[in-house]
Amino acid sequence: MPNAAPTLRLEGVAKSFGPVAALRSGTLVVQPGSIHALVGENGAGKSTLVKIVGGVHRRDAGTVELDGEPVDFAGPAEAKTAGVAVIHQEPASFPDLTVTENIFLGREPLGSLRRIDRRAMRDGARKLFRDLGVDLDPDRPAEGLSIADQQIVEIAKAISLDARLLIMDEPTAALSAVEVRRLFGVARGLRDAGRAVVFISHRLDEVADLCDTVTVMRDGEHVSTDAVADVTSDELVRRMVGRAVSELYPKVPSTVGEVVLRVEGLESTGTFHDVSFDVRAGEIVGLAGLVGAGRSEIARAVFGVDHYSAGRVVVGGRTLRPGDPAAAIAAGVALVPEDRRLQGLVTESSVSRNVSSVVLRRRRGPRDEGGVRGEGREGPARRRLARLGILLPDAEARLARDWSGRLSVKAGALDAPATTMSGGNQQKVVLAKWLATDPKVLMVDEPTRGIDVGTKAEVHRLLSTLAAEGLAVLMISSELPEVLGMADRVLVVREGRIVSELTRAEATPEAVMRAATPGASAEQASGGAA
Amino acid sequence: MRTHARPWWQRALLTREMLTILILVVAWIVAASVVQGFDGPLTITYLVLDVAPVLLIALPMTLIIGTGEIDLSVASVVGLSSVTFGLLYQAGLGLGVGLLVSVLLGAVCGAVNGALVAYGGLPSLAVTIGSLALYRGLAVGLLGTTAVTGFPESWTDGATENLGESPYPVITLGLLALIAVFAVLLHATPFGRNVLDIGRSREAARFSGVDVKRTLLILFVLSGAVSALAGVYYTLRYGSARGDNATGLELQVVAAVLLGGVSIFGGRGAIHGVVAGVLLIGVLGSALRLESVTVNVINIVIGAALVVSVVAPRIAGGLRVRRRNPAVGQGT
Repeated sequence: MPNAAPTLRLEGVAKSFGPVAALRSGTLVVQPGSIHALVGENGAGKSTLVKIVGGVHRRDAGTVELDGEPVDFAGPAEAKTAGVAVIHQEPASFPDLTVTENIFLGREPLGSLRRIDRRAMRDGARKLFRDLGVDLDPDRPAEGLSIADQQIVEIAKAISLDARLLIMDEPTAALSAVEVRRLFGVARGLRDAGRAVVFISHRLDEVADLCDTVTVMRDGEHVSTDAVADVTSDELVRRMVGRAVSELYPKVPSTVGEVVLRVEGLESTGTFHDVSFDVRAGEIVGLAGLVGAGRSEIARAVFGVDHYSAGRVVVGGRTLRPGDPAAAIAAGVALVPEDRRLQGLVTESSVSRNVSSVVLRRRRGPRDEGGVRGEGREGPARRRLARLGILLPDAEARLARDWSGRLSVKAGALDAPATTMSGGNQQKVVLAKWLATDPKVLMVDEPTRGIDVGTKAEVHRLLSTLAAEGLAVLMISSELPEVLGMADRVLVVREGRIVSELTRAEATPEAVMRAATPGASAEQASGGAA
Repeated sequence: MRTHARPWWQRALLTREMLTILILVVAWIVAASVVQGFDGPLTITYLVLDVAPVLLIALPMTLIIGTGEIDLSVASVVGLSSVTFGLLYQAGLGLGVGLLVSVLLGAVCGAVNGALVAYGGLPSLAVTIGSLALYRGLAVGLLGTTAVTGFPESWTDGATENLGESPYPVITLGLLALIAVFAVLLHATPFGRNVLDIGRSREAARFSGVDVKRTLLILFVLSGAVSALAGVYYTLRYGSARGDNATGLELQVVAAVLLGGVSIFGGRGAIHGVVAGVLLIGVLGSALRLESVTVNVINIVIGAALVVSVVAPRIAGGLRVRRRNPAVGQGT
């Protein structure tokens, strides 16, 4: 193998979908034995570029070379054969097959009488996991594997196919800190074995930690390529957005008022235990912890989509009926859920329908006797969307236009389906749909996951401003800087229990990680947060 | 931001429902010019009388399929309601009481389906195939192979007579009223939004405060009650209460709903399209009958139309994707 040629070389690659140019001039050179970061806002063309390399799309112009040989893949299968593997954020596996069967699916080693040689297969899987340095049972079914383990299975599969180029598309978005560390270990191992890795992430601290080289893309074009050591995160952000992001976590000072949400002894067998906390008007409370610690489950139970076995939730002095989201909504509770495509939005529906979806079906509640907020603000929430039970389309369009404008949602038209929008814009629609209800308590679960830096800053600014106006905000986030930057108080959840409450001043990354990591004593954890 | 991506006439005309309406118009014109006697004065009368049960049941079925569920027990509820209505009349109760009890029983049948689907979390396909057999079995068991006949003419005539000199039966008014009720329910109320949102994303609907279980229960109760009403009509129309009345009618109902542009996966559909789908099936049926084609062949035609209406959007969608992106479909 000639060492002179880079593993992957793209130059001036362009791709348009109808009138929309998704990629104008994609340029990327990846050397063997290196980890190359590809960063850029959503819509910068990263995914399109990856899909061209992976054989999903065909380029309109430009050159793609693999080890110096020009290639033009007609489909993903060709790309795979040529040694390109794309590891998706949430890989699809066959849940009923074992881990081993998933790895060797379609190319099982055959023994005598052309029967599948199970032993050879299992030994192969064992060896792969040993080389990767991970501990995974090759005989367990793929069903119930964590996302992190599914990614490892995908990587093992890629290596067994002798992939020379592994592209990881936002692999860490749904991983806990421990899982991220393991994945990085695997990625470094691949690099040291001479393979080329492309790493796509929105988290610049990860890029700095893991990668050798970083390429920035913006608006479908190549902006820059540098050694990671030569550029600062601030400089990367500036290049990604093409403008200076004033401050990523603007904190607007606010007056903390009375308790709006009180959770007392909430209990759900096997999920969370004896959870008690309260959130006051004007306050942002962060719920920190590892993925799987039970943070989302607590928020879901408070909102009523999940049941709880004991305890109670009190909003504005009234106890909510358990397991009844409509009651929670009527009391002024809003939940921006973890998975915006599955839970936050009806993606097939239009922007307009999504924005109005909660307001128009909201049950009348004690809330309407006069809210804490909203009276002073000229809010569209109280505008009637139906008369005598019949919907008023004009009122609905006005509400949608109003809120889309306030949150500067970018969409082709109000009746365009949400599927056509970028992740950041979708998240703005979810926020709009809940803010339109004029809530008293806003719970946001991973509000900025997978959205671009510019929109992220907008969401942070919005949450700060809302809190300053008197909204009680409960924020769940796996991005520590986000929690620490935004929250007035941080509650740390570990294995279903609130184990620590930290003030803004006390909440350092070390303190939070120490509290969040199971079995970590004060001494051990200081290095663990890295 | 613009309110609409396309001008109003495109939004009104370039829809799946307009395609069904267009096919209906073409079928009508072809039948009128080719089939002997199709353009006669009685065609409209018999068309309305014949499609009335299918049309009635198709209305709640549109909402149920709109949520991604299905109710296959409807024709059996027609049979059970027919038998109940007949037996109550035989027992000497007034027909008004019989009508009321039959419809209530239909609602109970629907509630059983709905409770198993919504609160039991069972697939509606399995539940209603089971109750299809169960309700039909009850109907046949109650009356055996005999029939109750001899209903008073004032009632049987009411089911078939025309509005003055017009070719339209009196029941047209009732049908139009129910169509209007269901159209408003589906397209202009929060309840209708719930229905389609459940079909598009049950999870997202739940996270928006929709009571998915209650909505499904209501729909199945509605389906049972309307099917029972259709059963009473069926009995009066043919003057005979029998356990095997309307056997296999669910095929026509589901075919009409899907031909009308309702997605079998839920989430999209419109009442005007379904009305056109029902009429299309009615026109095909009466044209073929006038040509003396056997019921068997008619069922083949309807079955084929059903399959085409499910497959066609898939193929059209696939072609659209392929044109945009030639690499798709070559395996991942």
